[in-house]
Order: sequence, then structure tokens, then C-alpha cells
Amino acid sequence: MRKLPGVHVPHRKNTATQPAQRLPIPPEVRIPMAMHIGAPAKVTVSAGDEVKVGQLIGEAAGFVSSPVHSSVSGKVKAIEEQDAATGDKGTFVVIETDGLQTPADGITPPTVTSMEDFIAAARDSGIVGLGGAGFPTAVKLTVKDVSAVEYIIINGAECEPYITSDTRTMIDDAEALWEGVRLIHRFFDARAIYVAVEDNKPEAIKRLGAIAEREPIAQLRPLPSVYPQGGEKVLIYNLTGRIVPEGKLPLDVGCIVINCTTLAALAKYIATGMPLVEKRVTVDGSAVKNPMNLIAPIGTPISALLEHCSVPTEPGKDGVGKILLGGPMMGVAVPDASAPIKKSTNAVTVLNERDARVPEPSACIRCGNCVTHCPLGLMTVDIQSTYLAGKIEFIGVYRPNLCMECGCCTFSCPARRPLTQYMKLAKAALRDYEAAQKAQKEKGGAA
Amino acid sequence: MSNPEAGNLSAGRLVVSPSPHIHSGRSTTEIMRDVLIALAPAAVASVIVFGWRAALVIAVCIVSAVFFEWGFQKLTKRRGTIGDLSAAVTGVILAFNLPASIPLWQAALGSAIAIILVKQLFGGIGKNFANPAITARIALFLAFSRTMTSFSMGAATSASPAADAITGATPLALAKIAAQGGEQAASALAHMPSKLTLFLGNHAGCLGEVSALALVIGFAFLLLRRVISWETPVVYVAVVFGLSAAFGRDPVDAVLSGGLLLGAVFMATDYVTSPMSFKGRVVFAIGAGFFTTVIRVFGSYPEGVSFSILLMNILTPYIDKFTIKKPLGGGAA
Repeated sequence: MRKLPGVHVPHRKNTATQPAQRLPIPPEVRIPMAMHIGAPAKVTVSAGDEVKVGQLIGEAAGFVSSPVHSSVSGKVKAIEEQDAATGDKGTFVVIETDGLQTPADGITPPTVTSMEDFIAAARDSGIVGLGGAGFPTAVKLTVKDVSAVEYIIINGAECEPYITSDTRTMIDDAEALWEGVRLIHRFFDARAIYVAVEDNKPEAIKRLGAIAEREPIAQLRPLPSVYPQGGEKVLIYNLTGRIVPEGKLPLDVGCIVINCTTLAALAKYIATGMPLVEKRVTVDGSAVKNPMNLIAPIGTPISALLEHCSVPTEPGKDGVGKILLGGPMMGVAVPDASAPIKKSTNAVTVLNERDARVPEPSACIRCGNCVTHCPLGLMTVDIQSTYLAGKIEFIGVYRPNLCMECGCCTFSCPARRPLTQYMKLAKAALRDYEAAQKAQKEKGGAA
Repeated sequence: MSNPEAGNLSAGRLVVSPSPHIHSGRSTTEIMRDVLIALAPAAVASVIVFGWRAALVIAVCIVSAVFFEWGFQKLTKRRGTIGDLSAAVTGVILAFNLPASIPLWQAALGSAIAIILVKQLFGGIGKNFANPAITARIALFLAFSRTMTSFSMGAATSASPAADAITGATPLALAKIAAQGGEQAASALAHMPSKLTLFLGNHAGCLGEVSALALVIGFAFLLLRRVISWETPVVYVAVVFGLSAAFGRDPVDAVLSGGLLLGAVFMATDYVTSPMSFKGRVVFAIGAGFFTTVIRVFGSYPEGVSFSILLMNILTPYIDKFTIKKPLGGGAA
């Protein structure tokens, strides 16, 4: 079996055997209009409006965009242009909840008989890549030539430490997930549909394996638990041997990778007509004594989830040091616990003060760990040194744009250097450099 | 904020930093500690072969190397790095490249050359262009060629005064004399230690190079701990083996004698001064093996390991430049 390099991260799937609990409806939700890649949704409600669960509150603003629905019933309190707590720019719809969770009028299952219906359903559902990327699912499913799609990979790898929300999807929503597989099987003509699961999830493998045996429209493919097994390029290579070239999409090599929770959500929407309004979120981390999977309305403040898990928040040794949206390898640290849960949020990871401390980097000893552990074989150490030397004109040869920022380099660096961060900086610097080169060329051409 | 506990969180105490937020736990210090552990069997072997004088030389080298690093960083007001143990590693490797009878002040001078001239003046750990211990060994070798090539054998010294050039000679020197022919050739051959002796270490030589067994144990440990990868030592040794046979030398003797194993396992694998990619490391090892054999066979020195590694150290930036790894999905550069 093909296997790209990676790192062995601690699994810490403490919540894998716990079905999710439903979080009590918080008094207030703040729903961002930008929870996906592409144009932010355009607000369709105004302050004072009564809204119900599943009601459209933001419409897609373009092809690469996604609609946003109210996750609660209640009253729109305000439309804000900036998150007061985190300073994040973008439009937020703040809704005071009434706790009744009254469904919106006209929630009926869509009729799906053709590919067009299927894609329209994906679009109307407001579903975006729920594994974290937030790429609008309808855009992903829109292909010019269906016969060009040879492999469809359902991503249940869930390779980040702590997170088990996909694991629980594969167990608790196995039927919905399989209904999604049926839809994929019906509307695409792929050579193979793979359901990829890391082998540290025996329960999910057992559950899906039984279904796959009964209805062999897709193959269950257990994979070694090597981070980042769930990375799109990694999965495609390990399962099909195909390589996604720089700047290209999986579709360019005949593949579509879709997260398992995304697919299950789509199948649920088609069955019920209720758009994406809630998420299963794993709350875990070194500062969480009582880890849990919670189902929470989108827009719920992180603090409400933490409170429910009795996460200690008082200052002190076991106190909270860092809060992440996502897992410890790729999660984004938030400056404030009032930040809301987004569509793509699959976990809230809380690290204690000791783990939160940012280590002081020492000199690079050129051990090459970053290079050996890079799944894509990037010369991380050279990208770092070229960036630090300011020689951006020489950085392109190392192809920093291929980097998916999985974090393996920083994770394995004995000198604790923030290599992943240097990769991001190198990419940005290269982008600026190329733009400047282009502008200069155009100027030269005009003269 | 409706939630008073969340208020605590927003008191400016949350750490916000880029991902990833966890670490493997591996550190530079841990790697250097692993190298020291891997060097330990050879250190024990040197004490068995050469007596306590060997331990004294090793101790002087370690203490002086650490002292010079500490002192230089104090003087230049740089952040201290003796805690990363790299200076200690340099000290041990330098000692391993010295004969047991070396005057102690010369050993300490070697540490000064390694740490101050080669390492710190170029920016400290990670910045030196050549291996500090090797460069210091070569400097001492050129400056004090008499004491650097006088190999007493401690308890095992031969009592025959007639063959002074023979008894104290290293196996490589013997091989050279034998290969040159003449009246001493037969005597040299007669004094050549058996292969088993070469493997175990009871023969003349520098401290760390005599016991192939101890070095192989160290190599296995480094591989097990993933401190180094196999290609540099294996390719280096294989090239010396093959070329020596081609030049009519006994290839097994060529591998087991002199500083080859010490150099291949502990010096050619120095992170800072060897290439980054697999391909680059293979090129480095082939080059080192080639120059080692050529110097041994055609040069005026019996040994060529340190010269060849130093030469390849200098070529490393160029090797790196021409062996850039092609990443997955990256087109032709």
C-alpha cells in the first residue's frame, strides 16, 4: 500500500465512544456570513425580525458562495459588521433565542431526481466542506463531465488528535452517511467510491463495514493512522496513486474528496429539507477534564460549550491557556471564548497553560526532520532559510505553494522552529513577489 | 457578556499562536544526548584498549569544549547553548580522533579550534560550514604531526625495539608500508592485526576508531532512535570497500581499520555539514568514500577519512543545490 510520510500524533480520541449530547439552546447566537470559501453570504434579515430554525438569513452571493440559515428560533437583535470580542471582520447576524426551536415554514424535502436537483439541493442546504475547509459542496459537485470523475473518496480519516465528531457521524449517522453514498453512486459514474477511515476507529469501521458488505456500492478502506492521512492530496495519493499537481484540484486528476459529515448532512437535508443549522462538535483538550461530543446550533459561542463541559476557566495551573477552533495540529487559536461555532467547526480544543506556552525556537541544526516528515516532500528547511534571507526570487523552486499547512514540520522540529508559519509567510511573500513581477512586466510591455 | 466565566477568558490571558499547537517532544538536547549514548560503547572500548589515559583525554576534550562554548558566548553576550550538549558531542568526537598519548594541552587547543574557530565564529550551532571536530583534528595533525601520530598501545605495546616504525603503527600505516613493498613490507604484514582484532579493537589507533564493534553498536542505536538514516554510513563504507578491493587492498581491513567507521557513523552524518536530501547524502557518501580510498592508496598519509569528510563538507552547499527534492505535485523546477 502506498503511504506518504507524516507524523505519529497522539490519538487521544477520548470521546470516540460517546454519542453526542444536545447542548441547551444558548441565550444568543452570532451567525457569521463568512463560514465558507468564496463570497460571504448577503444578509436577508434585519434587526427586529422574527426568525425560525432553518430560515434563510443570508443568501449566496455568487457561484462560489453559500446561503446561511438561522440555527435557532428567536429575534434578530443586530446585524454587526465586526465581531466585538475577536475583532474578526465580516457580517454577523446576532439572534436572541426563544428556546422553542420552531422550524421555519415550508421546510419540505426537496425533490431530487437528477444531477441538477442534487447540486441544487447541495446549494440550498447551505452545506460546505465540514471537515474544516468550508468549500461550498455544491461547487465541488459541479463537474462539466461526470465521466471524468473516476474516484470519489468519502473522507472519514479524522487524523487530528482529540476530534471524534466524524467518528460519531460514521457511527450514529451511519445510515444517513450511506444514503449519501447511494446518492453519489446514483449521480456519478465513478470507477470506485472509497470510504476512507483511519484504523484507530474500530467501531466506525465495523459499522460501515457491515453496511458496505450488505450493499457493495462503495469500498471501506481502513488506512494507517498516520497524520495527515485525512489531507485531500494525501488521501488521493494513498488510495489511487494519483498526484494533484500544484495549483490544480482533485477533479483535475479525476477525484472528488468529500468529508463524511458533509455527505451525511447532505443526505439528511435531502431527506428532511432542514438546512445545515447545527454541528456535532468535540470538546476536548488538555484543559478539559470532562470531554464531550455536543450538538450545538451554528453561531453558539464557544463559552457555552465549555461551560457545559465544566471546563475550568479560573486562572491557575490547570487554567485554560489556549482555545482552538479545530484540533491541535491545524486548529485556529481564538482570542476570546465568545467566538461562535461555524459550519466547518468540528472541535473546540482547549489546552492548558503549560501546553499553550509558545516554545522559544533555537537554531536550526539542519537535522532534516521537517523534510522527512513532510507528506509532500517539501524542502521545508530551505524554504525557511530562503525566506529568512529575504531571497524570495529563489523560493519558487522549492514549491512552497504546495504546502497544505498540516503542521508536521513544526511538530517534528527539535529546535521548536515555527516552520509551518514560515511556510505560510513564504507563500504570501511569493504571491506578492509574483504580483510585483507581473505588474512590472505589464508596465514594461506598455512602455 | 452574559457568561461571567467567559469574562475570565477574555481577560487577555488566552494564547493566540499559529498552528500546530502540539509538539512531538523531540529536542536538540535529546538528539545530542542520543549521540552521546551512541558514542559511549566506543569510549568504553578506548579505555579498555588504551587504559585510563583515554578517559582523561576524553574528559579534557569535553570539559574544554564546553568551557570554550560557554566562555565565548559569555564574552560575546550571546545566548548560552551549552545545555543543548552539542559542545559535549564535539568534545567526545574530537577526543576520538586523538591518540591516547596526546599532550592534554594539545587536546584542549583542539577543542578551542573546534568550538571557537569553526563553530562559534561562524554563528554557533547549525551555522558552521565544516565539522568542528574534524577540522580541529586536521589542524592538530598538521601542527603536531609527531604527537598526533604516536600511537602507544598501553598494556598491549610490543617489546621489540627493532621495529619501532612497525609496532606503534596503525593497521592503515602497516597496510601502506606493506603495499609499498621493500624490506619492511614483510614485517609490516606480519604485524598486521587479525580481522577479529581489528573488529574488536585491540590495536593501535586513535581513541574512538579502534573498536569496529563498539562503533557498529553506536550506529545501530542511532538508527533505532532515528537520529540518523542509514544511507551515509552504509554507502560511504560500501564505496571504500569496493574501491579498496579494486586497488588491490584487503577490503575488509580497509573497512575495519582507521577512522572509517567512526567517520562514516559519527562525522559524515553531522546534520549541519552534510546534505539534506537522500540523493544528496548518497552523493556525499560516494564522494567521501572515493576521496578516502584515493588518499589512503595514493596519498602520502595513511589515513584519508577526515580530509575527505572536510572536503565533502565544503561541497555540501553545492550538493544540496543540485539535489533539491522534487515535492509531490511539483513540476520540473
